[in-house]
Amino acid sequence: MIELLSTYGGMLLRGFVNTLIASVIALFFSMIIGTLVGILQVSKNKFAKGLANAYVQLFLNIPLLVIVLFFYVVFPMYVANINGYTAGIIGLTIYTSAFIAETVRAGIQGVPAGQMEAGLSTGFTYWETMRYIILPQAIKIVIPPLGNQFINLVKNSSVFAMVAGLDLMYYGDLIASETFNTFGTYTMVALFYLVITLPLTHFMQYAERRLAAKD
Amino acid sequence: MKKSKKYSWMLFLLLPLLLLTACSGGAIADQDIAERIQENPTITWGVKADTNLFGLYNIEEGEIQGFDIDIAKALTKVITGQEGNAEFVEVTSKTRVPLLKNGNIDAIIATMTISPERLKQVNFSDIYFAAGQSLLVPESSTLNGIEDLTKDHTVLAVKGSTSAQNIRAAAPDTNILELENYAEAFTALQAGQGDAVTTDNAILLGIIADNPGYRLAGQPFTDEPYGIAIDYGQENFLNQVNEALDTLVQNGTYEQIFHKWFPDEEVPDLKA
Repeated sequence: MIELLSTYGGMLLRGFVNTLIASVIALFFSMIIGTLVGILQVSKNKFAKGLANAYVQLFLNIPLLVIVLFFYVVFPMYVANINGYTAGIIGLTIYTSAFIAETVRAGIQGVPAGQMEAGLSTGFTYWETMRYIILPQAIKIVIPPLGNQFINLVKNSSVFAMVAGLDLMYYGDLIASETFNTFGTYTMVALFYLVITLPLTHFMQYAERRLAAKD
Repeated sequence: MKKSKKYSWMLFLLLPLLLLTACSGGAIADQDIAERIQENPTITWGVKADTNLFGLYNIEEGEIQGFDIDIAKALTKVITGQEGNAEFVEVTSKTRVPLLKNGNIDAIIATMTISPERLKQVNFSDIYFAAGQSLLVPESSTLNGIEDLTKDHTVLAVKGSTSAQNIRAAAPDTNILELENYAEAFTALQAGQGDAVTTDNAILLGIIADNPGYRLAGQPFTDEPYGIAIDYGQENFLNQVNEALDTLVQNGTYEQIFHKWFPDEEVPDLKA
């Protein structure tokens, strides 16, 4: 494994950096889109609600690989030329935001209905109640499942390998097929993923504790 | 007692059968094929039945068709005077050499690359198809060979294939993206994710046959030519095949067959 690192370490590191950047970008945007869609799912507006529900139902139920392949193959033919890396990030963002939307919706609905009624009766508008009363409480409920989504996102980024997305898994595949050292290569790849996911897990647990302590 | 006597004479019937099997094993394989053709002018060729353009079983017509088949028929015609004397036995990459060694087939014409390892086992005729790694590009492409590749081009290959390693060595500055299989690499090319797909020209020609609008960019840049495998000890037959192959090239039959299967390709110079 040492020889593997000395010869192919650069390739693995490049893959690691690409996976890390892709994960951060996808995480950022799927958080925004997911939260928005999640709020719309419980909104009073029938049209917005229907649209948000359709989005979630569609992308929750299609395999990530299919979404990514769509952006890799079909999208460049008709819209704009994007490479495997970009296609991967877009696919991953769309897919993960559907899961985050579901989590956020569950969080909001987990806040007792009386909170919304109380907010409205004190003169807050719907959005003000949402912003100052519901969401701060919902975040506490949402943090543990949200952490799982983040970790899933990092691991799901391995589908980039299928569209030549230059991520950790892609380079892992190349090295494994070149050296025939399958076990060693994928062990290295697994360790590199752990370098991202383990700190993330601990950070989410820390956030959970901090929010709980505030009560 | 009476009963056993009745059957015992039947054993004699088996005797000639035993003799037959005893001598045939060595005899057929050792028999000089060139001499045998004088008496019995059929030649048995081992061919592929699952390879597009070279040897593919046509279910509608109930026969194997392809470039290899037509070359074998033409060679049979030159050697024995009649095309119909060619018989075909379906082989795979695994079974072809044992079948040849046993004498079940006289020669193998089944997309078989001439290589030093194989020459230890079987003899090869002259080249009958200049196989090698090539580039598949859209008709409109400006690429006309590996020398046109620059650092702005992207070549699509298949993960873990020798063709991926070859192209990296042959065009070190070019971007190489590796996909899961040929179908995905070709789909990526169609989607504009790369400028060319690279692998053996025989496979690329198969893709072109099903997808018009694509062409090969120039001649192959690796040398993995196909030859007809004939067992050692059959040098007379080997010479006959080589002479017949020369005849086909000279009288234009080779070109005709080549264009039948690869209409838009340039006929390669086999002697080069």
